[in-house]
Formats: sequence, structure tokens, C-alpha cells
Amino acid sequence: MPVSFFLVLSALLFSIGIYGVLARQHAVLVLLSIELMLNAVNINLVAFSAMLEEAGLGGQVFALFVIAVAAAEVGVGLAIVILIYRNRQSVDLDELDLMKW
Amino acid sequence: MFLSQHGEAVFEPGLIGQIAWLVPLLPFLAFFVILFFGKRLPDKGHSVGIGAVAVGLVISLLAFIELAGGRGDIERSWTWFEFSDILELEFGMKIDFLTAVMFVVVCSISLLVQIYSTGYMHGDSRYTWFYAALSMFTSSMLFLVIANNLMQMFVGWEGVGICSYFLIGHFWEEKENSSAAIKAFITTRIGDVGFLFGIFALFAIAHTFNITELNLAAEDGEIGGPALTVAALLLFLGAVGKSAQFPLHVWLPDAMAGPTPVSALIHAATMVVAGIYLVARMFVLFEHAGAALDVVAIVAGITMLIAAVLALVQDDIKKVLAYSTISQLGYMMAALGVGAYTASIFHLFTHAFFKALLFLGAGSLIHAVHSNNMSDMGGLRKYMPHTYKTFLIGSLALGGIFPFAGFWSKDEIVGEALRASSEGTQTAAIFVFVAAIITAFLTALYMTKVCVKTFWGEYRGRGHPHESPGSMVTPLWVLALATCVVGFLGLPVVGPFLDWIFVPGEEHPGFSTAYNIVLPVASVGIAGIAIWLGWQLFHKERWSVDVLKGPFAWSYRFVANKYYLDNIYLGAIVKPIQYPLAKAAYWFNQRILDGVVNGTAAGTMASSRVTYAVIDQGIIDFAVNGAAGLTGVSGGLLRYVQTGNIQRYAAVLFASAALFVGALAFF
Amino acid sequence: MSAETWQQVVFWFFALLITGAGVLVVTTRNVIHAALWLVGALMGAAAMYVLLFAEFVAWVQVLVYVGAIVVLMLFGLMLTRAPIGSAEFDNNQRPLAALCATAVFVVTSVILVGGFEGKEINFARTTGTTTESVGTAIFTSYVWPFEVVSILLLAALVGAVVIARRD
Repeated sequence: MPVSFFLVLSALLFSIGIYGVLARQHAVLVLLSIELMLNAVNINLVAFSAMLEEAGLGGQVFALFVIAVAAAEVGVGLAIVILIYRNRQSVDLDELDLMKW
Repeated sequence: MFLSQHGEAVFEPGLIGQIAWLVPLLPFLAFFVILFFGKRLPDKGHSVGIGAVAVGLVISLLAFIELAGGRGDIERSWTWFEFSDILELEFGMKIDFLTAVMFVVVCSISLLVQIYSTGYMHGDSRYTWFYAALSMFTSSMLFLVIANNLMQMFVGWEGVGICSYFLIGHFWEEKENSSAAIKAFITTRIGDVGFLFGIFALFAIAHTFNITELNLAAEDGEIGGPALTVAALLLFLGAVGKSAQFPLHVWLPDAMAGPTPVSALIHAATMVVAGIYLVARMFVLFEHAGAALDVVAIVAGITMLIAAVLALVQDDIKKVLAYSTISQLGYMMAALGVGAYTASIFHLFTHAFFKALLFLGAGSLIHAVHSNNMSDMGGLRKYMPHTYKTFLIGSLALGGIFPFAGFWSKDEIVGEALRASSEGTQTAAIFVFVAAIITAFLTALYMTKVCVKTFWGEYRGRGHPHESPGSMVTPLWVLALATCVVGFLGLPVVGPFLDWIFVPGEEHPGFSTAYNIVLPVASVGIAGIAIWLGWQLFHKERWSVDVLKGPFAWSYRFVANKYYLDNIYLGAIVKPIQYPLAKAAYWFNQRILDGVVNGTAAGTMASSRVTYAVIDQGIIDFAVNGAAGLTGVSGGLLRYVQTGNIQRYAAVLFASAALFVGALAFF
Repeated sequence: MSAETWQQVVFWFFALLITGAGVLVVTTRNVIHAALWLVGALMGAAAMYVLLFAEFVAWVQVLVYVGAIVVLMLFGLMLTRAPIGSAEFDNNQRPLAALCATAVFVVTSVILVGGFEGKEINFARTTGTTTESVGTAIFTSYVWPFEVVSILLLAALVGAVVIARRD
């Protein structure tokens, strides 16, 4: 099977994730979209690892690390969201425009 | 380059050749030092001037001693300016005994005059400038004397002209003084034009300015004929102006308006002999220039006569001395005219001393009496013994009384004139001889008048005259001593002067065994008769001069008005130039020249206004303000990018990333 | 059917699943549904990993992502009073977002497809990957990144506690 199938799938998923990041108002939904993007990357990595049989397991190990990082990022991200909610009573990203001109 | 004047071997330039150029240079430098620093010095600068000339005098005496005997002529030159092969202006010095004589004369008289002036000009408001001008004058005269080519001599010639203008017009607050200065300058200028054209004419025929070369060219016959005669006469015209010969003598009496030390320096001993010097330097050329020397002799003869007559009718003591100077200059020029080169130079030498003495003595008298006129003086021998004695010595010298200096030198001239006339061919020489005898008579007569009116009789003025201070009397005694001594340098047969200075082919009557004793006895006799006559007329007043005033009143008026020469010049030359030309020049200056200047100023003002309004305010400030405004406006517009919305930022980021990658990948 | 054919079928099935779930995550009006659709996408990804001989990764994916991260998200939704039922969650940037997404997709896929043209994954291989081999790889070749990630996790832990602390 040509590896490009997996690559296109990964790209598609990544784009869907981008759409979600840019178009969603709720902070947590943005975080969910970010998870989609990370998953797309993971699929890409694992597909490459399968393609290159003799390259060791670098792709898979990298995918594991990506998962770990994603976990960490979600933890911190949600902490921030909660803090924002505590201060502003809202998680609407459109209302977070204190840095406006 | 060592050139021999007579084909003899000359020596290497020794010490004198090395340092002789210092003599004109030191007063030149003194001029600038006095000019810039004089006012700040405690003595107001006179020590600088005196010091410079004193050093010059020492060097001059060294030169005199070394060059006596006709050995060791020195000539050195450097090319100053060269215009292809046609024109070469050189800058050099020619030192022979004539130069040394002139050096001694100029430096010694200048030194004594400067010392005298510390007393006479004491307290004058322009004391420092006076000394600066004196130094510059001395330097110019020395520069003139040391020159080895005619152009350089002309530079010095002009230098003494302008300095004499400054010095004569020293008391310019009085209109007549500044007028006198202008008259002197313009009259000598007429002569200068002749001189310059003479130089050009000589260059045209001989292609050189160098004096030695010109003389040699004339002697060898390379140049000659009518062209040379014309050139020589043009040169003589310069001498006529500078040495106050007829008809350009009119400036000298009026120049007495300057301070008396100036008269002593310039008009007795120094500047006026520049013309004599010129003819003497170019003597070989003149000898071969056809009838030029005859013209010289006749003009000089006329001069000495008319000046002596005028001296007789003056009341102002300085004017008497001025006319006397003109007359004596006529003597010197006449001597050159008849070929008596040595006699002429010797008379120049002695005359410098006793005429300077007489002028300084007159200055002392004027200082005491506060008036120039002899009618305000009288009986002063009781009050001013030193002045009296020295003045008397000077008068006796001028009158040609044995054994004073004038006797020897004047006698030489008369003798030479006689000898030349007896050779038969020179009618001019006969005229000179007769004129010289008459002039000698008149000279003794008017000097007697001066002495009698000043020192004998009763004091006719106001106030109490007293003797002058030491700074004024000392130079008088120095000059009196010199007057007594220098005469002996020119003794016939034994006098060394005659060995020291000569021209080839000149013979001296005294060297043959037949020395004529008749002539000196006769001349002393004539002088003695004149003195006796003067004593009778002016002291004893046995016969009144008024007898002349009746039937011969017209002759009295003629002489009193100086032969109406001044009136002729004024009417014919000065007035036509002064009124129309001066008016035109004034109009031109006011309208056109000043118009240009004012127009330039107005134009500059207008253009600067425009520049300010348009360029500075409109363009430059607009640009500067515009830049600031533009920054503000663009900032105002750009701030809208900061929406504060993170997702907007993220969108821009992703879009840009896609764009960038796409561009890199596909192009 | 041959193995290859099964693999193709499996691939296409799960690809569509993942894509559909993803689209729904970003478009649904219910936050809780969005989280749950994300679970679907993640499970599909896990299946994809199994297909690609990466069983350990699949297992970790299920454990960590689905088990922990989504649960965390749900907690977050709960603590921020997520609206129950449907609500509007799209901001006014949708067209721009669609444009960006399309642009990125186009660029990325073109590059990737163009770059890896002709390369194939050999599904006929007999050896898979074992947990032992993955562990060996981590602790020998990639031990430095492992340690760094550990520290990262520690930092994230501490950071999260600090940020969300109520004081």
C-alpha cells in the first residue's frame, strides 16, 4: 500500500484540527482540536516507521513522546482555562481581548 | 655669477656677500614687528627700528671697508619669474663700492634721524606708525640700492615713493599736509612713468633688465643709436621726478609740510638721491647714449640756478633748505652730465651729512620757537648754543668753505666742469661751469641770510626758546663731526675716495702734476664775497632789499610765485583732471559700483527670504513634519492588527506558514 | 480475500471513521458530544496503529489519550460550566478558518505525496514490533529524550498545580 494514503489521511486530520482551532469559541473545544492535530502527527510518524523497516523504531518512540507531551500540554492548558474561568466567569475566547489596541 | 665691470678678476663673495642682503631685510622685518607689536612695547617700537638700522650700519661699514679700493665686486642673483625664454625677472644684489657708499649714507642718516625722532616726535599719537614707515622707507631705499636689475630697482623706487607719501602726510589732519603728500606722490609718479618706459625700451633693445649686462651692451656697441638715447632720456625722466630737477621739482618745497626728521632723511639725504644713483649706476650706458648726458647737464644746470634764486626769497627756514637741496641735487646731476662720476658721488656722500645736519638743526630751532618762519626767530645763538654751533658748521660746509666737506666736493665738480668745457666739444659743460659758479655765490648768500636772521639780532618771537633735549642735540654733533671729517676723504691727489670709485676712462685732474690751485682759491673767494654781501644786507642792513621791490617788482613777484610754475601745473593739468574726471569717477562709483554692491545685497536678502519660506518652511520642514505625521498615521492604522483575539493571530500564523511553505516548495 | 485486501478494507474503514469523527469534533454544537467524538477519533487512530505494526503505541494511545486526556477534558468542561445541550460555539472567523485549513491541507498533501511517491508500506512482513524492542529502543537509543520528557512532565505537573491553585 502506498504510504501516501496514510500521509494524506494525516494531512486531512491536521487540517481539520486547524479548522477547529481557528473556528471554535470555547476554550476547551480548542484544546480538543489541538489533540486532533497531535494525533494526525502521530499517524504520520507511525506510518513512516512502518515504511522504513530498517530504521529502528524511531517513529514509534517519537509517537510515544508526542503522546506524553500532549498529556502534559493538556494538563497545563486546562489549568489555565480554569484560572481564566475563575477570573472572568467565561471561557469564551472572543472575550479575551485585553491585548487589543 | 660673478661679473666683472671692467674685465678684471673679482673675488669670491666673502662674508659681505653672505650677509649684505640682511641690510635691506632687517628694516623690512622691523616694519612688520613694529606694526604688529609696536604699540605694546614700552618704547612704542622705536628700539626695533633703531636696532635694525644700527645692525645694517655695521654691515654697511664692513662692506665699505672691504670694498674700498675697487676690489671684490659682488653680484649674486636668483631667478624669480621666468616666462619661456623671452622674459626673465631676477632677484639679486650687486655690491660694489657705489653700493657700499649708499649703504653707509642711508643707514647712518636713518639711524641718526630715528634717534633724533625719539625726542622730536615724542608724544605724537602716531609715533609707532611713524617708526614703522621709517623702517619701511629705509628698507625700500636699501633694496633700491642693492638691486642688480632695473625691475628690482623700480620696486624699491616705488617703495620709497609710497613711504614718503605716508611720512610727508604724517600730520594729515591739516589739509595742506595731505595735499603736499599727494603732490609729491603724483609729481614723482610722472617721473616714474618715464622710468618704467625707459626700462621697457631698454628691454626691447637689449632683452635684459640686468644693470651690468646693459652697461656692457652699451659699451660694446651692441645697443646704440637713437633708441638708446630715447631710453636713456626716459630713465632720466624718472630721475628728474625723484631728484626734483626742473621741471618736476615743485613737490619738494611743499613736502616740507612733513615732520622735520622726515625732511632730513628723505629730502636731504636719501630718497632724492635715488635719481642721482640711477644715473650713476647706468652711467656707462648714458655715456654711450648720444646726447643724453648733455640733456642731463643742461637740465641740472637750470635746476641749480633757479632753485638757488628761490632759496633767497623764502621766509620759512625749511623751504630755504628744500630749495637748497634742489640746487645741490642739480650740482650732483650736473657733475654726472659732464662726466664727473667720482665728483658726483663724492658730493652726494658729503651733502647727505651736512644737509641732514642742517635739517635736524632746523628741526631743533622749530621745536624751540614753535614756528617755521625766520621772521619769528633771531638772536638764538644765546639761547641754543649747540644748535647754533652745529648749524654754523653745516652752513659753512654747504657754502663751500675750506676745510669743510662741501668745499672739497663742490670744488671737484666745478673743476671737472671746467676741464670738460676746456676739452672743447661740450657746450653743456660750459653752461654747467658758469651755472655752478653763480650757484655757489647764491648758496653762500642765502645761507648767510639764514644764519644771520636766525642766530643774530634780537629775538622776534614770543615765549622763551631753550636748547633742545639730548636726544636731539647728540645726532647734531655726530653729524657735525662727520661733516668735518668726510671731506678729507676726497682730497685731490691724496684722497682715497678717488681711488675707490671710478669709471673706466675717467681721468682725474689732480693726479697729474699740474694741479690747479687757482680754482679752489677762486671758489672760496666767491663764497667769501657772498658772505660779506649777505652780512651787509641782512645783518647790518646797509642796503635794503626793498630797492628791488620798486622798479623790479615784477621780477620779485615772478620769483616769489616760484616762476608761476605751480600755477601753470595747477591750471593746465590738475584742474582739468580733477573736475570732469573726478566727477565722472564719483558718479560711476556711486551708481554703478555701489549699485552692484547694493543690488547684490538686496538680491541676497530676497533669495534668503524665499529660501526660508519655500525651501526651509515648505519643503524641509514639510518633509520632517511629514515623516512624523506619516509615522503617526501608519501607526494608527497598523494598531488595528492587534485585535487581542488569539485565534485571529493563529489564523494569520497558519495562513502565512502555508503560504511560505507553498512558495518555497513550488517556486 | 488476501491479507492485502483486508488491510486495504481496514484502512479505508478506519480512515473514514477518523475523518468523520474529526469533522464532527469541530462542528458539533454540543461540547460533550465533541469530547465523545474525539474518543472515536482517537480509537480509530489506535486501530490504525495496530494496522501499522505499532501495537504498543496503540495501547498507550488508548490508555493515555482516551483514558486520561479526554477524561481531563471532561473534567475541564465540568469545572467551567459547559453548557448542557447545544449552543453556538463557532466564532465569526469560520470562512477564514476554512480557508486556512484548506490551504494547509493542499500544501501539505501535495508536498508529502510528491515527496514520497512510490514508497510503499510492506504489509507482508512477518515480524512485528514487540514491547521489548520498543522498550529497548527507548532506554538505549532514545534515553536522553526520555529523560527530558520526564522532566517536562514534572514541570507540567508542577505548573498545572501552581496555576490552578486557589489562593
